[in-house]
Amino acid sequence: MALLAPPKDWYHPAAGAERLWIGIALVWCFVMSLMMPYWHFRGKQNANGTTYTVTPKDYLERTEKFVAANKVGDLNGIPIVQPAPGTDIYLLGRMWNWYPVLKLQKGETYRLHISSMDLQHGFSLQPVNMNFQVVPGYDHVLTLTPTSSGEFTIVCNEFCGIGHSTMIGKMLVE
Amino acid sequence: MTTTTLHPAALTDAGAASRSCETTGLRVCLSGQQFIKLNAVAGIVFLLLGGIAAILLALTRWQAVHLLPVDWFYRILTFHGLNMLIFWILFFEVAILYFACTIPLNCRLFSRGVAWVSFGLMLTGAIMTDVVILQGKADVLMTSYLPLLAHPLFYLGIILMAVGTLIGVFNFFGTLYIARKNRTYEGSMPLVTFGALAAAIIAVLTLLHGAIAMIPTFTFSMGWTAEPDPIWYRMIWWGLGHQSQQVNVCAMVTVWYLVGFLATGAKPVNETICRGAFVLYILFINLASAHHLLVDPGVGVTWKIWNTSYAMYLAVLASMIHAFTVPASIEIAMREKGYVRGIFGWVGALPWRNPAFSAAIISLLIFGFIGGITGVTLGTQQINIIAHNTLRITGHFHATVVGGTTLAFMGLAYYVIPLIFRKDFIARPLARIQPWLFGGGILLVSIGMSFAGSLGVARRSYDIEPAGIYGPTTHLFLGIMGVGAILAVTSLFLFVGLCVGTLLFGKSNQGRAMEDWGVAVAAPGIKQGTLDVHWAMKGTIVLTFIFLACFAVYYFANWKALADVWYVR
Ligand code: HEM
Ligand SMILES: [Cu+2]
Ligand SMILES: [Cu+2]
Repeated sequence: MALLAPPKDWYHPAAGAERLWIGIALVWCFVMSLMMPYWHFRGKQNANGTTYTVTPKDYLERTEKFVAANKVGDLNGIPIVQPAPGTDIYLLGRMWNWYPVLKLQKGETYRLHISSMDLQHGFSLQPVNMNFQVVPGYDHVLTLTPTSSGEFTIVCNEFCGIGHSTMIGKMLVE
Repeated sequence: MTTTTLHPAALTDAGAASRSCETTGLRVCLSGQQFIKLNAVAGIVFLLLGGIAAILLALTRWQAVHLLPVDWFYRILTFHGLNMLIFWILFFEVAILYFACTIPLNCRLFSRGVAWVSFGLMLTGAIMTDVVILQGKADVLMTSYLPLLAHPLFYLGIILMAVGTLIGVFNFFGTLYIARKNRTYEGSMPLVTFGALAAAIIAVLTLLHGAIAMIPTFTFSMGWTAEPDPIWYRMIWWGLGHQSQQVNVCAMVTVWYLVGFLATGAKPVNETICRGAFVLYILFINLASAHHLLVDPGVGVTWKIWNTSYAMYLAVLASMIHAFTVPASIEIAMREKGYVRGIFGWVGALPWRNPAFSAAIISLLIFGFIGGITGVTLGTQQINIIAHNTLRITGHFHATVVGGTTLAFMGLAYYVIPLIFRKDFIARPLARIQPWLFGGGILLVSIGMSFAGSLGVARRSYDIEPAGIYGPTTHLFLGIMGVGAILAVTSLFLFVGLCVGTLLFGKSNQGRAMEDWGVAVAAPGIKQGTLDVHWAMKGTIVLTFIFLACFAVYYFANWKALADVWYVR
């Protein structure tokens, strides 16, 4: 009786179907809890949050150096860079573009650094649909291996001011 | 400070400032009644404001319509989030708290003065925030992630709102204290009060997080202190943002039990289990803010996994327990009334025409089958990679806090207005369909958003065309969201219209029982058999196993989807 006082002897251990359900639900919760450590060791997709702190100014310098060393062309005024597999590569988000355009090789692994010059942004790689938060002052490192090729689009999916929905970048994989 | 302090604590004592309820026979505290009224009305006004914003947003995100200009889209988005998630919900919850500590405990409200201060601060804060937003000085969305910066009065408004609510919660605790000290009730407190107590305890933790996040941001916006760290801000802000959802869940589950009792006479099969589940919420929810930071930099993987799995799943367990005990209590009540045929023979005899009851059941189904399943799955550490900040997230929480909490609260209003305001509803046939319309609309909104999000559409984005990658299927799902939004908002306006219309033009029911919405009645020629209450809830058993099957399929389908994306560590 939800609205009135319970009977005096309301304490009873779980019994019957309720007890069975609690048991099953608990097992299901354990299964779900164990899936995450399992995937951490066995799965190929993990968000480990490897991070270094960095000032926007330093990050811009590093990125410019990286672009100058690996530039191979231009796409709508943004440099295309083709880094060597296995190296550290840099992407920066700012109001309202992604810089530079990365050209990667399928099946090769890169240490992708992402950071922001100004506000928070959202790195959303489409149509693969992988999403990571980009925060100024934090150098977010993703050890990334493209497993498909083509032209990919980076959509910003964290609100970053009036131009937010136009903050579109590209990534090329061959 | 107040006159009520002169009155005896127990409402049944001579000289108490109370009246008797002609419908339930309970005593009603007059101060409690007044502040239930004030807070409920304020809540419904903010629900209306949020509803106007909702339709503008939905008709903008429905790319074929694309209604608002870009600056107003983000402004209205800020406005919608705060008016709905914070103002509507918190005002209504304070009303529920005042109800739960007075009438069921036969106790007067602790203090009218405190209630006035709470209400005044909350209202000032809410209005201040809304004005600043509409002036265009706070286009930062409800989360106001640093380094985005709004006008200082935006933060101050939210702080006032939080402090006002805290003071209201204090009034709740004060009332529990005088009830116990003066022994206004016997034995243990009723389940409704217990659920409200759980909500109140979590609310204190929540609002403290809100203050910790907002105060340094406010002082920063005034130029007095340095900028708080944005990751620190996210972590503390979600201590507010996520835990407040657990307040909502507690309040919603409490309403389910209450309405189940009012409409069918349901009582828990085992009070210990129901109460134990509320305790699990209190113990294990606090770290679940982690699942908003799963793909953030600066937060370690061990912290993420530990806090999502260990802590969250024991709170999930609590919800799964209620998902069984609420329908089980109703089913047992129906079987005791003689509807014993088959597995679902009792369902047809439920009082479906009672809008409070239909609202509670639709709320339970949408919350469980959509909100709960998507929430746990999206909040899984690695799966979050394919969902973070897409419309899947918005699709999830419109099933929890809108289809779940808001609909349950709407249902409760169908009793609050007749019992507390003592007016019988006008246009009762419209009231009977309102929950169905709202539930159906929100279902479409949630499904449309979820699928668009699976196709990569971002939340909080004005325009998907610049990306140039979204095809007709995506637009179809945004259209489904748009149509659902029209239905849901129509129903929301209908609800507000019915409430306001009833307050203005409804027939007073003073001196007699409220006009009945319809309750479950005993089957004719009922045979007084003995029911084995431990196993008789066959329909509930089947329902919960279907639920578990859906859960498992959705959960593992998402792991499969994750396994198909690029490798990342
Ligand atoms: C009544 C029908 C409703 C409709 C049609 C609706 C529709 C929407 C839409 C279209 C968005 C924008 C999604 C985006 O672009 O990211 C949104 C955001 C949101 N809605 Fe609703 N909504 C409704 C009710 C509610 C209610 C009752 C609540 C809370 C109790 C609520 C809470 C929110 C929140 C928290 C956001 C996110 C704001 C943000 O991203 O900052 N909504 N809603
Ligand atoms: Cu951005
Ligand atoms: Cu953005």
